[in-house]
Amino acid sequence: MTTFSHADVPLWAAVVGSAFLLLGAGLTLIGAFGLVRLQSFYERIHAPTLGTSWGMGGMILGSIIIFTSASARPVLHEILIGVFVTVTTPVTLMMLGRAALYRDRSELNPGVPPETPDDSFATAMVERKEAPSHSEQEVVSQRP
Amino acid sequence: MNVLVLFVTLWIVQGALALAMCMCVYRMVLGPRAQDRILALDALYVSAMLQLLAFGVRTGSTVYFETALIIGMLGFVATVALAKFLMRGEVIE
Repeated sequence: MTTFSHADVPLWAAVVGSAFLLLGAGLTLIGAFGLVRLQSFYERIHAPTLGTSWGMGGMILGSIIIFTSASARPVLHEILIGVFVTVTTPVTLMMLGRAALYRDRSELNPGVPPETPDDSFATAMVERKEAPSHSEQEVVSQRP
Repeated sequence: MNVLVLFVTLWIVQGALALAMCMCVYRMVLGPRAQDRILALDALYVSAMLQLLAFGVRTGSTVYFETALIIGMLGFVATVALAKFLMRGEVIE
């Protein structure tokens, strides 16, 4: 555990780190505002990524600058949070978008993009998993 | 001077993040469908993680980074499990 007193932070580091912290928090706020204001789910799913990309990056850079300048040795473990969030956010949002698309299509809601050959291949794979009586050759021959 | 700059900035930053968390809660309560609520929960997790980072800079201690990391991991697992549930009706097949 590392601690520092705020009087040890030099002025340039306080100013630069504060600018990065403000950038990160402001972008997160804009993303949350978009989450409230945008109209459809497929528009809203884009908004919080402001917070998970440069919102998080700005906060992490700011805290790295402030901690490193105050404790006279590199404090870099915030990078771990950055790597983790950068890797996991696309996975979660893609799964959530796929689930929403699946729900909208199964309820025949208007305004949903039509199925592409790529999607029908995925559906065929799901059906193959669900119905073990189908042999593999049958499913492959059904595919366009 | 440097302490003043840091503390004024941290007040603004924590206020902005708290406002962002309130907006996520608004969407989570009012969200018309389940996927909106899950998306708002994910954004709420991210905002809470950033709030803890700002709190760590304010107190000048690194304990809060571990907490932020745990919150990030829990948010990932929760969102994936909920999206899987929406898609298939069960989490573990």
